Amino acid sequence: MPRYLLSTHSATGGATREPMTEEQMQKAWAPIQALEADMKSAGAWVFSARLEDPDTATVVRMSGDEIVTMDGPFVEAKEHLAGFYIIETADLDEALGWASKVTRLISSPIEVWPFADTAGG
Amino acid sequence: MPIVDDALIGRIFREESGRSVATLIRIFGDIDLAQDAVQEAFALALRKWHDDGLPPNPGGWITTTARNRAIDHLRRESRGRELLGQVVEPDMAQEEEAGPVQDDRLRLIFTCCHPALAIEARVALTLRLLGGLSTAEVARAFLVAEPAMAKRLVRAKHKIKAAHIPYRVPAETDLPGRLRPVLAVLYLAYNAGTDRPAGDDLRGEAIRLARAMNGLMPDEAEVAGLLALLLLTESRWSARFSGDGSIVLLRDQDRSSWDRVLIEEGHAIVRACLRRNQPGPYQIQAAINAVHAAAASFPATDWSQILTLYDQLLAITPTSVVAMNRAIALGEVEGPRAALNVLDGLDLDQYHLFHAARADLLARLGRYDDARQAYAGAAALAATEAERTYLTDRLAAMRSAR
Repeated sequence: MPRYLLSTHSATGGATREPMTEEQMQKAWAPIQALEADMKSAGAWVFSARLEDPDTATVVRMSGDEIVTMDGPFVEAKEHLAGFYIIETADLDEALGWASKVTRLISSPIEVWPFADTAGG
Repeated sequence: MPIVDDALIGRIFREESGRSVATLIRIFGDIDLAQDAVQEAFALALRKWHDDGLPPNPGGWITTTARNRAIDHLRRESRGRELLGQVVEPDMAQEEEAGPVQDDRLRLIFTCCHPALAIEARVALTLRLLGGLSTAEVARAFLVAEPAMAKRLVRAKHKIKAAHIPYRVPAETDLPGRLRPVLAVLYLAYNAGTDRPAGDDLRGEAIRLARAMNGLMPDEAEVAGLLALLLLTESRWSARFSGDGSIVLLRDQDRSSWDRVLIEEGHAIVRACLRRNQPGPYQIQAAINAVHAAAASFPATDWSQILTLYDQLLAITPTSVVAMNRAIALGEVEGPRAALNVLDGLDLDQYHLFHAARADLLARLGRYDDARQAYAGAAALAATEAERTYLTDRLAAMRSAR
């Protein structure tokens, strides 16, 4: 079955929101967790994660023969990857169906990207 | 017995290749393989039919021959043999598929017009795969160089494959949303045929596909509406140009040259739509054209009926262009001043027909200087040579007016 990356992006250094209280956090997460449970019971869920801010990233690269480690992110961009799902569905329409549900909950756009290799899927 | 010449086979290709390509894509799941095999089958037909005459069912002959060619191709490669093992089963399963009428062309048009593809790609792919137009013809139709069009088609086909864009009619719940881009593609293809060199082919294909869709989805009122709109627009085609190729406006057209057969068919569909009472933008535009087609002359047109229909259209699709067309109808009901008041509130400065409409109203109000300026503005923005010629002629005629 084809696999897709559903990714969501946030504006880098955008408006810093008021930190949420524990209760608000619970409230915001409950529907997202419920949707993830739906994905799991439908057999679509492979993996999902939310990422820390990009200034916590570290870049490792080759410089000649040497490995150099440095403060990230990899590219300074207006937007950065904020979180993602990896799902497995019959076709693009099913993947778009899940993406629609996610985007409705988090009210920000989702990019749906097919994996190049479906081996093992 | 018809004479079997290249023109006849060419016509059969236009009419049948879409269905054959669609069927082969269903069987083999590979667009390129299907296209190549159908192409080969027609090349074979070109040789064979000249000598043996037409088979009883030319379309069926093409599909069967193409299917056998595709199987030959697959046998020759090892990866193909694997695929061949898989195709027999889905083919059988397909026959038992439940649900509404499943036609291969219908499946394919929903794939070609999938919202995940760019709009230009949707139109090109539909005309190429379902309309039987060559890449060169599609390129010419959209004023794009052939290599650029070829690249666009390759890219779209790759996305269909890589992203697994499905090959099926969408579920009932998704249908309204998915039908919209399909109808838009057919309408766009038709309109591309109204001002492009390969115009006749494009308009003919758009009508053929709209007719096929209407036969396959008889419950969708907007499909019928689109077909009626295209038929009624087409009925006036030959009256739209004068001998020297310049545009003749609706008001000056020779109504005896309108195609009565197309009008009859369009009117019958519009009447059926009215009975159904599920109005939509294509049906309303068809109804507006039906009122024009029924009028014996321009002044005898039922303009208040047209204005009412534009009011409905504007309520559903509140765009500036619809508001402009409604204002033109208003001009016929309440006079040029009322129409001009509405037009001047619209933000359509970049649209040549907006300036042309203003120019016409200004001239009717005797404001010739303003009218000249508006005609000049329209001519500068005109999209086609025929329109530019018409507008500069009007401008010249204005010069003598005071």
